[in-house]
Amino acid sequence: MGKITLKQVRKSFGDVAVIPGIDLDIDEGEFVVFVGPSGCGKSTLLRLIAGLEDTTGGVIEIDGKDATQLPPAKRGLAMVFQSYALYPHMSVRKNIAFPLKMAGLPVAEQEKRVANAARILNLTSYLDRRPGQLSGGQRQRVAIGRAIVREPAAFLFDEPLSNLDAALRVSMRQEITELHQTLKTTMIYVTHDQVEAMTMADKIVVLNAGRIEQVGSPLELYHHPANLFVAGFIGSPKMNLIDGAEAAKHGAVTIGIRPEHITVQDGGPWQGVVGLSEHLGSDTFLRVQVDGVGMLTVRAGGEITLRHGDAVALAPQLDKLHRFGTDGKALA
Amino acid sequence: MATQSSRIAARIMVAPSVILLFVWMIVPLAMTVWFSFRLYRLLSPDRTGWVGMRNYTWFLNSPDFWLAISNTLLLVGGVLAITIIFGVLIALLLDQPVWGQGPLRILVISPFFVMPPVAASIWENLFMHPQNGMFASLALGLGYQPVLFMEDYPMASVIFIVAWEWLPFATLILLTALQSLSSEQIEAAEIDGAGPFNRFRYIVLPHLTRAITVVVLIQTIFLLGIFGEIFTTTQGGPGSASTTLPYMIYKQAVIAKDIGRAAAGGIIAVILANIVAYFLMRGIGKHLDA
Repeated sequence: MGKITLKQVRKSFGDVAVIPGIDLDIDEGEFVVFVGPSGCGKSTLLRLIAGLEDTTGGVIEIDGKDATQLPPAKRGLAMVFQSYALYPHMSVRKNIAFPLKMAGLPVAEQEKRVANAARILNLTSYLDRRPGQLSGGQRQRVAIGRAIVREPAAFLFDEPLSNLDAALRVSMRQEITELHQTLKTTMIYVTHDQVEAMTMADKIVVLNAGRIEQVGSPLELYHHPANLFVAGFIGSPKMNLIDGAEAAKHGAVTIGIRPEHITVQDGGPWQGVVGLSEHLGSDTFLRVQVDGVGMLTVRAGGEITLRHGDAVALAPQLDKLHRFGTDGKALA
Repeated sequence: MATQSSRIAARIMVAPSVILLFVWMIVPLAMTVWFSFRLYRLLSPDRTGWVGMRNYTWFLNSPDFWLAISNTLLLVGGVLAITIIFGVLIALLLDQPVWGQGPLRILVISPFFVMPPVAASIWENLFMHPQNGMFASLALGLGYQPVLFMEDYPMASVIFIVAWEWLPFATLILLTALQSLSSEQIEAAEIDGAGPFNRFRYIVLPHLTRAITVVVLIQTIFLLGIFGEIFTTTQGGPGSASTTLPYMIYKQAVIAKDIGRAAAGGIIAVILANIVAYFLMRGIGKHLDA
């Protein structure tokens, strides 16, 4: 249960092709994250899988069966929306029980499953409240509860954490990851936040302008970005991308090097001036203007005392250099 | 409104309008109460004096009184039922994406702009008239006898005409409520396995309860006082078949020229409106809280 295959799935709104054609395999029990900038088609792709939008072309298979024309309810998927989409006039209990009631399950079975979901999500003491009386994180859990009682083939999450504050986001991120480890159900998670993608995913799908740029595990994408887009998108702070004469020295059109792969070192080949230093305690991020190279971000130790205007010499770790060709693709 | 002085200033500022509105309300009410206990007939102005409760007892013992009360409630209830059921259905249709949505909505709302006596005249003379009306010629064309709407079904005809006038109001309020329903809730229900009927029953209808409450309250206030439609069509007849409480008061005041009895009727109408309002607020008022 929970294997989803997309074959040449296309979607156009009028003349605008939002998704020109996507092939993707999602294995049973995988936690897949669709990540990309706003408007890249990741939410649309999720809605196509959910059945909330009709495909323009291509085939969506769920567990080996063609589900392209199936209505959403028949696909056996559960979705958690960005706005949670709780039913405001129903109590938490009724919200969670709603899909079971629609499926016509016996009341005793409904109660058993609701109680079970409430226990997993720590909602037991809130079951008789209305959604309006809950905090953001609790609403989020109710939405997840409504999804898990159905015992779906796969969960679809559409940017579920973007309405929460930063601290809550981190804890909900962990809760969802733990939930995945408990349930072992396929999950598809859409986000524009690459930190969420890196921390939660088994497999990340990087989307840009309706196309898949790269599919891989978080570390695979981090260490071996297939192209400039992925290189710039994954990682925080961003990878330094350098073109011009410096890149030509390494036989590439553009070279990329991550901030942690540049060291502050006397006699290093790159001479620069510190523009900005951000002290985070554990690390310091330096913005350094290097002659002939450009502005670089460098990660240094937390104890470093460099300030605005100080001269600094930098040494890149050459074995960690990424090289890209004219088409933006990585060179072997 | 933070400091003591700003609160006092605010009270002084609003006082004139509050006082004006209070006087506006209390003077006619006091005069009506006053007249309702007096003998005051325009046809015999020299005979005046206190009559105690006699105006009230006359009204309550009048053979038309209970008929008028039930007609009034029938009118309110009938129009509310028609406007809300059809209002919801039309609003659901208008909420669909159709070509020419803007003009269509204006067309649906336009009956509300027609003055009540004009609307009543149009329905009576152009549609329901047994010789010239469209319904009559339709019936004749199909080989039936024309229906004598105003003679045989006076209350039903009046209810229909008033409902036609108020349907746009209900539709408009319900449509705006419908448009505020988040599409994600509908989509969530769709994924949860709710078909079109269950989505309406469990998601759309609960969302509309507040708007329906508003429609019921506002329409009840206006419908209790419906007069023009009856005046232009049935004149409360045949006999007293379509006489409502406001029309009965009118008959006492203007036809019988008995101001005392009409005033007593007016006070009874005020009491009736308060009873209706009490039960309405108890029954559905809780939906107005967020």
